[in-house]
Amino acid sequence: MIYFDNSSTTRPDDSVLESFIAANMKYYANPASLHVLGREAEALLKRSKEQMLKLVDNESGEVILTSGGTEANNLAILGIAEAYSSRGNHVITTQIEHPSIMNACRKLEEIGFEVDYLTVDAEGLISIEELEKKLRKDTILVSIMHVNNEIGTIQPIRQCADLIKKSSRAVFHSDCVQSFGKLPVSMESLGLDAVTISAHKMNGLKNSGALLLKKNVTPQAINFGGGQENGLRSGTVSVPNAVAMAKAMRISTIQEERADYREWRNLLMDACSLYENIRILSPQYGAPHILSISFKSINGEVAVNYFQEQGIIISTSSACSSKNKSVGHVIEAIGLENKFKNGVIRVSFGNTNTKDEIDEFINVLKRFMELIERGM
Amino acid sequence: MKWKEILIRYGELSLKGRNRNHFVRKLRNNIKGAMSDLKSIQLRAERDRMFLVAEEESDMQKAIERLPYIFGIQSFSPVAMCEADLDAIKEKALEVVGTEETSGKTFKVEIKRADKTFPYVTAELQQALGGHVLHHYPELVVQMKKPDILLHVDIRKEGAFLTSKVYKGAGGMPVGSNGHSLLMLSGGIDSPVAGYLLMKRGVSIDAIHFASPPYTSELAKQKVMDLTEKLCSFGAPVRLHVIPFTELQQAIVQQVPDNLSMTTTRRMMLQIADKVREEIGALALVTGESLGQVASQTLESLTAINEVTSTPILRPLIAMDKLDIIELSERIGTYETSIRPYEDCCTIFTPSNPKTKPKLEKVHRFESFFDFQPLIEEAVRNREVIEVWRQHEKDDFEDLL
Repeated sequence: MIYFDNSSTTRPDDSVLESFIAANMKYYANPASLHVLGREAEALLKRSKEQMLKLVDNESGEVILTSGGTEANNLAILGIAEAYSSRGNHVITTQIEHPSIMNACRKLEEIGFEVDYLTVDAEGLISIEELEKKLRKDTILVSIMHVNNEIGTIQPIRQCADLIKKSSRAVFHSDCVQSFGKLPVSMESLGLDAVTISAHKMNGLKNSGALLLKKNVTPQAINFGGGQENGLRSGTVSVPNAVAMAKAMRISTIQEERADYREWRNLLMDACSLYENIRILSPQYGAPHILSISFKSINGEVAVNYFQEQGIIISTSSACSSKNKSVGHVIEAIGLENKFKNGVIRVSFGNTNTKDEIDEFINVLKRFMELIERGM
Repeated sequence: MKWKEILIRYGELSLKGRNRNHFVRKLRNNIKGAMSDLKSIQLRAERDRMFLVAEEESDMQKAIERLPYIFGIQSFSPVAMCEADLDAIKEKALEVVGTEETSGKTFKVEIKRADKTFPYVTAELQQALGGHVLHHYPELVVQMKKPDILLHVDIRKEGAFLTSKVYKGAGGMPVGSNGHSLLMLSGGIDSPVAGYLLMKRGVSIDAIHFASPPYTSELAKQKVMDLTEKLCSFGAPVRLHVIPFTELQQAIVQQVPDNLSMTTTRRMMLQIADKVREEIGALALVTGESLGQVASQTLESLTAINEVTSTPILRPLIAMDKLDIIELSERIGTYETSIRPYEDCCTIFTPSNPKTKPKLEKVHRFESFFDFQPLIEEAVRNREVIEVWRQHEKDDFEDLL
């Protein structure tokens, strides 16, 4: 099987699994315990966090470990908005965020916050001008994803950061779940105050994520218990998960974007552009590891099934919304023509893929197109 | 950027007269000790400076990390080297300046031409190098007085040595150059700071700690060992004497009324410490006492406690505010360890209202009912001596991460 669904999850790296097992066997103690085993576990936890912070250029900052990207995003949106509500009640995000941001923002609206959703163009890009217009004195939080999970659009985070810092006191958060490990994610050079990451998107383990915060940015807790993680995420901290995530981050951190992915993606784009019945949804300069295309008048599911029969795993637009029959909010936001709305598929690379697999994909695509063009 | 060697400047030491060699030797030994696990490091001491050379780049990096903690060093600079050839020097100069933040900074070239056979005179060289650097870093502004970046070029027979960075050292005097003392180390915030201050003045120390198992735990002892290890990082080994104090402490509780037991406890501790001091040949005792902080730290209390010995008791923190002590302990890195929450022997039998002005004749009277001396001697004899030398991070974690 050729696995091209790395944006929904990746295969854990062997060395990450090894670390996870070793840490479970030796450092299983509760890091909050006073005894010697607890202290060792705490020391290891501390080191893991230091490593994470170093890898995002935020050495003086904080890490809040969570159960994954969703919880980290929830904590960022609800927790930061709540914590800074004395400054104002206005929040800005985009129309194409992950549901863990979207739904948290809807929740904010229910409890009296005002949320602006930035529109995007056909390539999924927000406009700096619109952001500038929407920023107000009482804007307390701006959350813009780095890379879109469905079509791979890269937002101009640095430009946004400059603008936000210039004309407001808002905290700037970015969901970097899809970008970490594929593009450089430096909180320093991107100008971010808060970043969400998720381990299983970078060959780490599921159920393990983090909200990385600049020093002095403190959300309010959204869950309550024993006060772990400075009270921001109660519940016994899993040191082995933290170790595994720190390791996954280390082995996937990159200084420049993945050039090999970029090359593969260009090959696929060239192949797709030969067919009139295919619309390429991903922007030319989108994330190197995501290619989203749509077939005219065909259901995405049909393509997924055909490719699977031929030994290739791909997905419809996003795994998070694939069980939902209606057209996704991202596809709606980029204003795709009706005939293409239902035919969206996403091909996403990871570090298990090879160039041969790309060639194979192109062959299968060719057969699929012959088949459907005969039928049309 | 590959550094060839590190230039170490002595500071206060160079003011010393005929004793200077003694100080330099101490410093050299302390640096050697602090780098004992870095195999490729060599030291070369000269009259008013020392050079540290490392074969391995990683050893060089570690040396740069450790030097700021060693007393007796005023400042130090990593030095790059190249052939004594104008083009080579020009190229190296760019590399060295490249390690600095240049935007908006002022700049100056300083030449020392020890090798008089070098074909360019100082002024020519200064101009050529300055011009070359400015050409590549046009944002730099030349300034003769107090420039931000001082590119120092030393032309010697073996080649040209270039440096621009000056790291601040810990100052003070090499530990061990001013005698030896015994530090009473409780595990709290104050006593490690007291030890640090004495070490900074060149005093080497042993530490003594009173443990009352099973009331105090192994963790409390571990904590004191960790603190001792921290103190070791200032450039000299610190030995730790752990005194079994349980029996004596129980005897005190039985013999002496509650409100005076604290005074007697301190008197016993001091007697034990004094005996250990004598055995190890130390000249003074050091404590972290600070006036007015707790009941045992009033002048009356100190007088009553002090009565048992005529040995000098050094109390470097006596006039310091608690907050200043905390700040210093944070700065020297002992605070985090000191605040670990374990019972120590001073907290387990704390009387509810200890006398802040104990009457000496009363203390004498209660102590006279029982012969504490055998217990004191036993405690001294049965002490555990732990050689704590900076345990260089043995890294179990590295494999996992």
